Amino acid sequence: MGLVRTTEPATSVVRLRVNGETHVLTLDNRTTLLDALRETIGLTGSKKGCDHGQCGACTVLVDGRRANSCLLFAVAVQDAEIRTVEGLAEPDGTLHPLQQAFVDRDALQCGYCTPGQICSAAGVLAEAAAGWPSAVSAVPGTGPAILDAAEVRERMSGNLCRCGAYVNIVAAILDAAAATTEEETG
Amino acid sequence: MQPFQYQQPADAAGAVATVAATDGAVFLGGGTNLVDLMKLGVEAPGLLVDVTRLPMDRIEPAPDGGLLIGAGVRNSDLAADPRVRAEYPVLAQALLAGASGQLRNMATVGGNLLQRTRCLYFQDVTKPCNKRRPGSGCPARTGDHRNLAILGGSGSCIATHPSDMAVALAALGAVVHVQGADGPRALDLAELYRLPGDEPDRETTLSRGDLITAVELPPLGFARRSAYRKVRDRASYAFAVTSVAAALDVEDGLVRDVRLALGAVAPVPWRARRGEQAMLGRPATAETFRGAADAELAAAAPLRGNVFKVPLVSNVVTAVLSQLAGSTR
Repeated sequence: MGLVRTTEPATSVVRLRVNGETHVLTLDNRTTLLDALRETIGLTGSKKGCDHGQCGACTVLVDGRRANSCLLFAVAVQDAEIRTVEGLAEPDGTLHPLQQAFVDRDALQCGYCTPGQICSAAGVLAEAAAGWPSAVSAVPGTGPAILDAAEVRERMSGNLCRCGAYVNIVAAILDAAAATTEEETG
Repeated sequence: MQPFQYQQPADAAGAVATVAATDGAVFLGGGTNLVDLMKLGVEAPGLLVDVTRLPMDRIEPAPDGGLLIGAGVRNSDLAADPRVRAEYPVLAQALLAGASGQLRNMATVGGNLLQRTRCLYFQDVTKPCNKRRPGSGCPARTGDHRNLAILGGSGSCIATHPSDMAVALAALGAVVHVQGADGPRALDLAELYRLPGDEPDRETTLSRGDLITAVELPPLGFARRSAYRKVRDRASYAFAVTSVAAALDVEDGLVRDVRLALGAVAPVPWRARRGEQAMLGRPATAETFRGAADAELAAAAPLRGNVFKVPLVSNVVTAVLSQLAGSTR
């Protein structure tokens, strides 16, 4: 063990692509993506809840897929396209349909879990469109998954809300899912 | 957390050579368990060898039929694969019963197999644990053991293997492909895991540097009629209290072939061979299925806090097999 620890540094120069911008950072290898986003880059939208992958508050999109940024070392996601809640709205400030739906449905109380809920929901919409099954879908099914309340609850079960705003969170995601489907089918 | 170095190896052979030659080096897959254990102080590797960029991310037909699943395939991709969903539904269901959408996107097949127990004492470095610190003792027998083993445990350790996926793979008779310092080899999933005995810190038969490169599902026609049922304390996103993976082949009302494995009741994904034997050639009825469950559970050694698992396993085995028998008519 001594050989490794004494001859090479425990830091790395890490190239992170976040919301379309490239950041070249020298980071301790122990730095999680969540801590790099919040403490080094200054994007504090992603939240640290449990820091153990159990609450979902840190959820971001990595190459379009939702992931717990507290369980990813920044050094291991170099060159991935990372999208945080700050990168969801249009450049002119128009909210992402999920953000607008959360506002319209009052889908939060304290708001701490909300960035993770919204990033996770963005992942859910993409996964359903890709036909990914869930524990409440018929597994042999094919084609896009139709989201209903039971599907949303199951697919969003990795995001906890201590305020218990779940009822409106489910409604908001169903609104956004319906809007997205309408847009796609014209 | 201890400082560590990080490497991305050029190929599997390089990854194996590095980990085999370096004390304190471990492979990093999706990290969903390892990173957490590093935060908890349970693991303190000096070097992480990141194997997620190695070309082990494909699902392809195996030469002898069946499917060859790269060890780097993410749990979510495996659950969504049309071949898995149609031909091995028990595996898709088990994967989807595990963790959360985020974690399934991160977790790899190889890492899922090698994840560690969620026994509270193992994860708490302030407590004794024979698995984490051999010889330090086990508080679970007299403490919190509600979720721990009723089969295959020892006086040293009654921790349970936490995977859902591995229970389905046990039922399907999966083969694990390993790259070692001496080259590649293949072993049955049942040969991968060790029961704790007096050495609960040795969980697998792998040697230092051995890298799981793929999991092979043998062709098993009747696995189209298979199912996974998980009992847990909340509707989603919780480890199993008990789970059952089964595949059933019925002809003329009799059990022609059957696969049965149990989860969250043993230190390893538990293939219920005694129960399988008890069903062969018998009528595909609830009575037969309950008898098989009870035959398997004859060896159970529950403690006060998990004795409820014995009737629970019996009930879930009976329910899952009855459901499959109904759907094979």
